[in-house]
Amino acid sequence: MTVLNVNGQQHEVDADPRTPLLYVLRDDLKLNAAKFGCGLGQCGACTVLVDHTPVFSCLTPLAAVEGRYVRTVEGLGTIDKPGPVQRAFIEEQSAQCGYCIPGMMMRAQSLLEKNAAPSDAQIREAMAPNLCRCGTQMRILRAVHRAARLMTVEIERPMREAER
Amino acid sequence: MNAPQAALTRRTFVATGGALIVSFAMSRSALAQAAQQPVKLPGSLDKTPYLDSWIGIDGNGAVTVFTGKAELGQGIMTALIQCAAEELDVDPKVVTIVTADTERTANEGYTAGSHSMQDSGTAILNAAAQVRAILIELAANQLNLPTDQLQAKTGAIVANDGRSVAYKDLVIGQALHRTAQPQSPLKDSKSFTVIGKSTQRVDIPGKVTGAPMYVQDLRPEGMLHARVVRPPNYGAELVSVDVAAVEKLPGVIQVVRNGNFLAVAAQREFQAIEAMNLLAATARWRKIAALPDEATVHQFLMRLPTQDQTIVNKGNPAEQGAHVLRASYSRPYLSHGSIGPSCAVALYQADKLTVWTHSQGVFPLRDTLAKMLGMTPAQVHCIQTEGAGCYGHNAADDAAADAALVARAIPGRPIRLQWMREQEMGWEPFGPAMSSSVTGALDDQGKIVSWTYEVWSNTHSTRPGGPPGNLLAAQYLAKPFTPPPPKEIPMPEGGGDRNAIPIYAIPNAHVVDHFIPQMPLRVSALRGLGAYLNVFAIESFMDELADAAKADPVEFRLRHLTDPRARDVINKAAQEFGWKKDDKRPRGRGRGFAFAQYKNLATYCAVALEVDVEHESGEVRLGRVVSAVDSGQAVNPDGIRNQIEGAIVQSASWTLYEMVTFSRTDITSRDWSSYPILRFPNAPASVAVHVIDRPGEKFLGAGEAGQGPAAAAIANAIADATGARLRDLPLTATRIKQAIGV
Amino acid sequence: MLTRILGGLVIVVAVVFGAFFAWQWRGELPPVTANAASFDPGIVAKGAVLAAVADCAVCHTQAGGKPYAGGFPVKTPFGIVYGTNITPDRDTGIGTWSEAAFRRALREGVGRKGTHFYPAFPYDHFTNISDGDISALYAFLMTREPVHQPNRPTRLSFPLNWRPFAAAWNLLYLRQGPYRPDPGKSAEWNRGAYLVAGAGHCSACHTPRNALGAETKSDRFGGGEAEDWYAPALDAASPAPVPWTVDELYAYLRTGYADQHGFAAGPMQPVVLSLRKVPDADVHAIATFIASISGPRDATARKRQTEGALAFAAQRAVTTTGIAQGGTTGSANTGTVSGATLFAGACASCHHSGGGLPISRPVALGLSTPVNEPDPTNFLRIVLDGIQPPLGHRGPIMPSFSGALTDPQIEALADYVRTQYSRGGRWTNVPAALAKMRQQQTPTMEAP
Repeated sequence: MTVLNVNGQQHEVDADPRTPLLYVLRDDLKLNAAKFGCGLGQCGACTVLVDHTPVFSCLTPLAAVEGRYVRTVEGLGTIDKPGPVQRAFIEEQSAQCGYCIPGMMMRAQSLLEKNAAPSDAQIREAMAPNLCRCGTQMRILRAVHRAARLMTVEIERPMREAER
Repeated sequence: MNAPQAALTRRTFVATGGALIVSFAMSRSALAQAAQQPVKLPGSLDKTPYLDSWIGIDGNGAVTVFTGKAELGQGIMTALIQCAAEELDVDPKVVTIVTADTERTANEGYTAGSHSMQDSGTAILNAAAQVRAILIELAANQLNLPTDQLQAKTGAIVANDGRSVAYKDLVIGQALHRTAQPQSPLKDSKSFTVIGKSTQRVDIPGKVTGAPMYVQDLRPEGMLHARVVRPPNYGAELVSVDVAAVEKLPGVIQVVRNGNFLAVAAQREFQAIEAMNLLAATARWRKIAALPDEATVHQFLMRLPTQDQTIVNKGNPAEQGAHVLRASYSRPYLSHGSIGPSCAVALYQADKLTVWTHSQGVFPLRDTLAKMLGMTPAQVHCIQTEGAGCYGHNAADDAAADAALVARAIPGRPIRLQWMREQEMGWEPFGPAMSSSVTGALDDQGKIVSWTYEVWSNTHSTRPGGPPGNLLAAQYLAKPFTPPPPKEIPMPEGGGDRNAIPIYAIPNAHVVDHFIPQMPLRVSALRGLGAYLNVFAIESFMDELADAAKADPVEFRLRHLTDPRARDVINKAAQEFGWKKDDKRPRGRGRGFAFAQYKNLATYCAVALEVDVEHESGEVRLGRVVSAVDSGQAVNPDGIRNQIEGAIVQSASWTLYEMVTFSRTDITSRDWSSYPILRFPNAPASVAVHVIDRPGEKFLGAGEAGQGPAAAAIANAIADATGARLRDLPLTATRIKQAIGV
Repeated sequence: MLTRILGGLVIVVAVVFGAFFAWQWRGELPPVTANAASFDPGIVAKGAVLAAVADCAVCHTQAGGKPYAGGFPVKTPFGIVYGTNITPDRDTGIGTWSEAAFRRALREGVGRKGTHFYPAFPYDHFTNISDGDISALYAFLMTREPVHQPNRPTRLSFPLNWRPFAAAWNLLYLRQGPYRPDPGKSAEWNRGAYLVAGAGHCSACHTPRNALGAETKSDRFGGGEAEDWYAPALDAASPAPVPWTVDELYAYLRTGYADQHGFAAGPMQPVVLSLRKVPDADVHAIATFIASISGPRDATARKRQTEGALAFAAQRAVTTTGIAQGGTTGSANTGTVSGATLFAGACASCHHSGGGLPISRPVALGLSTPVNEPDPTNFLRIVLDGIQPPLGHRGPIMPSFSGALTDPQIEALADYVRTQYSRGGRWTNVPAALAKMRQQQTPTMEAP
């Protein structure tokens, strides 16, 4: 039995400890966002955050993430209350088939937590491990820039309220 | 949309007083007998004329649109909702859409060829308009008023005197079960409030918040995970395999073997993968495949027997004129490269097979699966559920066939069969390798006087459409099905000859399509079909001719075009790019221009772009890209922009990097390390798409219009930057470096 | 008395210093105007090949910068020296250099104006290049695109930032060339030896250096360091389980992969990429030379070692479930997840024997040099950084595991892989090496 912390919630998972995290998230925890794209760490469709760092969940065994902080797109917000990265992707309409997008969003989330206002070149370099076959790269770049601005606003708003 | 969970329950039509009844295509002839309407109905209404096959309104006023087309990520659901909402005068937010389902929607064939707006959009637009007229009629009866005092407004029919009746109170019984008329009371495009707006896509919120949106997300009760073991290469025969050892593995339910078809089902996904690996390790195959030499495959293909067709024979194409140029162009086999390998879920229960699949054509697939399994079409239910972008005929149908075979071997258990990355890239049908050659002659005024063009290609369609032999698994069964002989897609659409006819005004022209039936590699439709190579060739050659005529590439094209819409698109792209004659460019920088009208009858698209070519390495950096596009009436301009941006970036990837590789026996491009595609650092500096809206004009499909122009614009820009003209795709750094020298 | 002695000492030091200063002083050679069009294209092409063997571009181009325009930080134990602008720009590059000035630079390590180079620029190797080849290199560089980019000052601590010290270093360590062939060896061997000693400067990375930063001549090819990677010994002490043959080396240098050794990683990746511009015959010559010094000299010993390594690797082949055959599954670390479990879940899916992708096809771990080296640095580097080909090019991809695995997990994994797939003793310094690595930057862009 492995205890997992996913999006702040504890889960007990009874699975072979060698099982890649991707299948645990999707099949045991019924979380849809992280996707199977290659299983080889080449495309990033499976990207989730572990301890704030993007990882390929298709190659991260369950045993390696026990007790660590796992985050998926589902932890960024909901359809009724989307988080800033999700809002940015919706507002920029940054998707065609959308299959690669959750992986993109998690890598972007991690980038923005370390760099609040990345340049275009920095975003491109950071996102390089993630593939998009539909050609949505330009919109994804715009969405990350937009998310950076939205995240700043999110920080500012509570500050302003605290000042009242 | 076919939200996966909803699709699993029985049909949940609201059965209140406001009834919603859907009925399906009767044969055209039966209809003709019944209604004696020999006149063609608009779009797909012609094959499926009952209005409630397309539009349903329930007792709560919710509107359901039914389309036989599939959402592939191209935004069709949203665009069709807009069409219906506009003509019905309802808020798009109350409209939901059901996509291709063999038991719920019209049969609109394949979602392909950029036909969806033309076929389904037209049908829905007209059906909605006619439904609106019926609602007015019904309201007139109810309110006892003449129809000219009534109008539709936000889900109700409103009278001049202020009274109103909501739609939900009008639709009773079989009110909408009427055949469509040839003419519809379509709104004036000037009054559109929904069509023409860049409405946000209905599927994106779910996709960015982890909703179950894809076939990969289905989890019906009792579901098992399955994997297939493919042979090492084409045609290999399974000699032996240790089924017992694999069935002993934890969680494995059953190994399914049928001739050379081999699959395994297990309780958990990782168990299925491990079982697949062990099954593959113990399997022994007799390999027979012989593939041509990759280095000379184009010559090999051109030497195979062909079925030739002259598609243009105008004037006297023998070379005349001051200046004669010749060139040959080629493209390799290309992979669809779907980011999510194909997947299907199938359930065989009580003599009925249900398959959830991201196939582009669930109706043809249903018929084909039925034949493969010896069932009747009525026993097979195929439900289109989104997958990753397919860009044509990828392995979606094959995954469905695999899942169906496993499901039939394990009745009563839903089977989720997922292809692996290596399988998708090794076994999907590729976009065919093609070659073409062109000769053009200029007069002393710098106008093209004659043009000959020949193109060589395999078929661009081996879609399952009845005979099971086009399904991969069917070819490997103990009683295998052979693939039917391939056929060329006829003009005006064309297959390998799509866009082979130059759109320019040329008095003497001869164009021949050399259709090659024999297929050494498995091939089928990839976005654009022959248009990618033909537009690449024609538009590269136009630049070569322009150069010989010492003319500006943009002005040279305009010299040969009279169609005002074509001219507008070219001028718009050039203007927005800032294309000036004799612009000075820094060392290593080039600019390129290209234009095409997809199939010479669909969307117009022009692309202007800049590149920087690094002399030491031959690497190309894409700079600014500017495009102009005319798709007729633009239902969702941002949707069109999204598609064209995507087409440009995808085509840039094909053009600069991509080719399927193979040894004398095996396909050797099996993952992203052996088939690299464009990554973020290589994406263009910027892409700006300008949509020229044509209110009132026919819908022209935009999904495939960008591939060819983007490719040619890149080749033209590289030639401009380096003086080196490359004609064989892909235009890799190695080839460019070789051409430009030390 | 004391003052007289001291006074005497001062005079002696001053005289010695004066003599030294006079001795090391080099005059300025007059500036010239070279005309790019005047160079014979055949000579330029020959120069291109030599520049590829030397891979001038890799140290003379900064990340994201224009080729040969300089700015790349070469890390030395004494500080950072930046590669200079060697484009023919007249103001900031070598556009005013005559061929004679260029030759003096390569042979003696002196610039046109008489300044001494630091031996971070391996003129102690380039001195071996023949006159004709130096002319060709000159022709090549003078026909590149001129780029205006001023050179960055070196970041060396006092007193090393006093350039004339380099002359003292030369006195001790520079043996001026050109290379002299060995008449007892084949033409191909000599060609390889020449390329390796000269332009290739392979021993610059693959040799240990002394306290003054010079190659330890007596241990040439005994193993060294490059850009935070360990450059393995290429001589009899080569840690490769299977001794390198000419064919294996040729495959490795030509394609970046050898069946019995694995992939080129780290600083060897740009070397292999650069060698693509070098004709097969020259790459084969380099392979011939290196193979002749690599591994056991005795043929019987080589055969025995090869067979033993292959047998061991086959015995330890990874099954499809990741659970290795034979050997132990024990891990030295307690309280963490077992290395065997981590390996099976994170590594086996690509590293299992049988099956395998056409390009990302890992060599059997029992044959892998990083796994079998005495130092865990390269193994850890690969686990942390992965391997990527240049964008848009075919080449093996191994993902980075730096986020997926914690340091204790990596240590457990390293210990497991070492005990499972190597017959060498356990690595003892994994935690220290890992900690050091975490502090170093991963090889990406350095901010200017």
